[in-house]
Amino acid sequence: MLRFLVRRSLGAMVILLIISAVTFFLFYAVPRDPAMLACGKNCTPDALEVIRKNMGIDEPIPMQYWHFMIGIFAGRTFAQGACPAPCFGYSFANSDPVWDTILDRFPTTVSLTVGGAIVFLVIGLGAGMIAAWKRGTFADKLFSTGSLVLSSMQIYFVGPLVMALLVFNLGLLDQPSYVPLSEDPAGWFMGLLIPWMVIQIIFTANYTRLSRSSMIEQLAEDHVRTARAKGMSGKFVFFRYAWRGSLIPIVTIFGVDLGSLLGGAMITEWTFSLPGLGKLAVDSVANTDLPMVMGVMLFSATFIILFNVIVDAAYAFIDPRVRLA
Amino acid sequence: MTSPSQAAIAGAETPGPDGAGLNSEPVDGDKAATDQLGRSPGQLMWMRFKRDRTGVISAFVVLIMFAIAALAPVISWLYGKDPWTRYGQIRPGLLNDNAYPVKPNGGMDSEFWFGLEPGLGRDVLTQLVYGMRTSLSLAVVITILSVVLAIVIGVAGGYLGGKPDYFLGRLTDLMMSFPNQLFFVAFTPVIGALLVSPQDEMPTWLRACVLIFVMWLLGWMTLARLLRGQVLTLREREFIEAAKVAGTPPWRIIRKELLPNLVTPILVQSTYMLPNFVTGVAGLSFLGVGMQGSTPDWGRMFATGAEVYQSDITYMIFPGVAMVIFIVAFNLLGDSVRDAFDPKSGR
Repeated sequence: MLRFLVRRSLGAMVILLIISAVTFFLFYAVPRDPAMLACGKNCTPDALEVIRKNMGIDEPIPMQYWHFMIGIFAGRTFAQGACPAPCFGYSFANSDPVWDTILDRFPTTVSLTVGGAIVFLVIGLGAGMIAAWKRGTFADKLFSTGSLVLSSMQIYFVGPLVMALLVFNLGLLDQPSYVPLSEDPAGWFMGLLIPWMVIQIIFTANYTRLSRSSMIEQLAEDHVRTARAKGMSGKFVFFRYAWRGSLIPIVTIFGVDLGSLLGGAMITEWTFSLPGLGKLAVDSVANTDLPMVMGVMLFSATFIILFNVIVDAAYAFIDPRVRLA
Repeated sequence: MTSPSQAAIAGAETPGPDGAGLNSEPVDGDKAATDQLGRSPGQLMWMRFKRDRTGVISAFVVLIMFAIAALAPVISWLYGKDPWTRYGQIRPGLLNDNAYPVKPNGGMDSEFWFGLEPGLGRDVLTQLVYGMRTSLSLAVVITILSVVLAIVIGVAGGYLGGKPDYFLGRLTDLMMSFPNQLFFVAFTPVIGALLVSPQDEMPTWLRACVLIFVMWLLGWMTLARLLRGQVLTLREREFIEAAKVAGTPPWRIIRKELLPNLVTPILVQSTYMLPNFVTGVAGLSFLGVGMQGSTPDWGRMFATGAEVYQSDITYMIFPGVAMVIFIVAFNLLGDSVRDAFDPKSGR
């Protein structure tokens, strides 16, 4: 187990290193001078030079990359002052420290992800199980068709529709917004209710389909049939035997989804103007804010890779037949 | 799923990915056996597909959508409008002072069937058909390129094995770890800026190429992995061994023995890929990094729609419903194609 974790972590490091290098070099290949943008209209060459130095972009690009990577682990000193250990530099757009901004935006993304995940897990797994339980009946067809149609909806279409209906026509809810959970739990819940309902549509259908098929597969397994033949009740067998087995493929998909969601749900956050990582990324791309884009990119990639490792490790716990090599 | 009895009748000797493939067709009893004698796998697939009513209907819907997109100029000519003229601005009485259509339901009437775009006052119907043309052609090109790259990488990895396989596998892993939406949003402007200096307007075809390139880079991995797995098992099968022993050159083995057996996964997977690329391209346009300027685009209609939905929800309904119909039909078609190629896999 330990060997597996060490090996996978090393692999993850290499991948992150490559991603950071690709992002960094591609961005600096752009013939747009961020210092020129920051300098404004009445720019003198001297002022430009000072700004370049402040931004840390007066050195050759490989050196800049080196300093950037060192900064993440050991911190570095900018003209604005010292930047402690996980230092991703300062935003070109507004000179805020990148790491603080990311930490500031992250709770929004986490709230959106966790709430949305609860909604799509409950609806998706529930519908899938009922469909498998009542296989071939009307309920099965209803859930299968429903999930197909739902999964074909797009957030950028459903989001405004739901908002128009619930907020502007019926006036049931306020416009989505983010209030920290610690400050106002009720406001947090009400503010994120619409985004949760909307973000689940792209995921629920997947989980319905997957849990239905893997449940049907499990119900046909020998050990389930044996348990039933011994005289155990149908419900008990369904939940204790078949359900547990059917979770294995779902855990994989869930890990992947969670990892990518935590890196920022761009379209959802953009649709509802929620200040999360995804919106931060879109905004910084629009502003050519390189340090911010780098920060968000590495942060998101870390989550995706981290959850891949977690999923593989979790396999061994759920299914003892799996040996980690 | 195959029940044991079915498998016995079919006499499927080797369970493996290719059990689903083309050269070991299952035969459901004696009558069917005589029925299907002397038919090519393609004909068998077509026979099964024709019997699937959902599949045929969804195939029709998909074809109609593609036809509408391809015939956009003809439709525009018959209908007498184009997607560029700002009717609402040239003709008084169509838009009110806030630039919203005067008539209810987004200005729908006998002249502008789907209404007018708030703000610029362009015709919605022609915008939609031209926008579909843009999005669908982008998606088709991306799908073809991704499938080709996936075949090259998947078959090379699976067939060569050893070091090449290891490196191609790591490359696939690496590409899969990129946060893909973020990658698209971040790199589309970057690659654009590399090619055209920021002062100049980027030509439409170049922007389309950039979009295609970026989506292509992260579009091939799933299929490549699938094909590699298939090739790994196919490689051990007797007919490949026989071809090798007979001294067939590798290139010919890949072309004549391997590829025909990979048609099923390729076709099935690409019917799932294409709608994903359609929504992906539309998502990019929604976030403001897709097609720009006066090029009509399906995705940008959502971006406009999201700005005006509080006053005029109708504008968004047509592109939205069209997209839902397209994706539903395409997904159903994908399921039917899979069932037709591979009748043993239950739903």
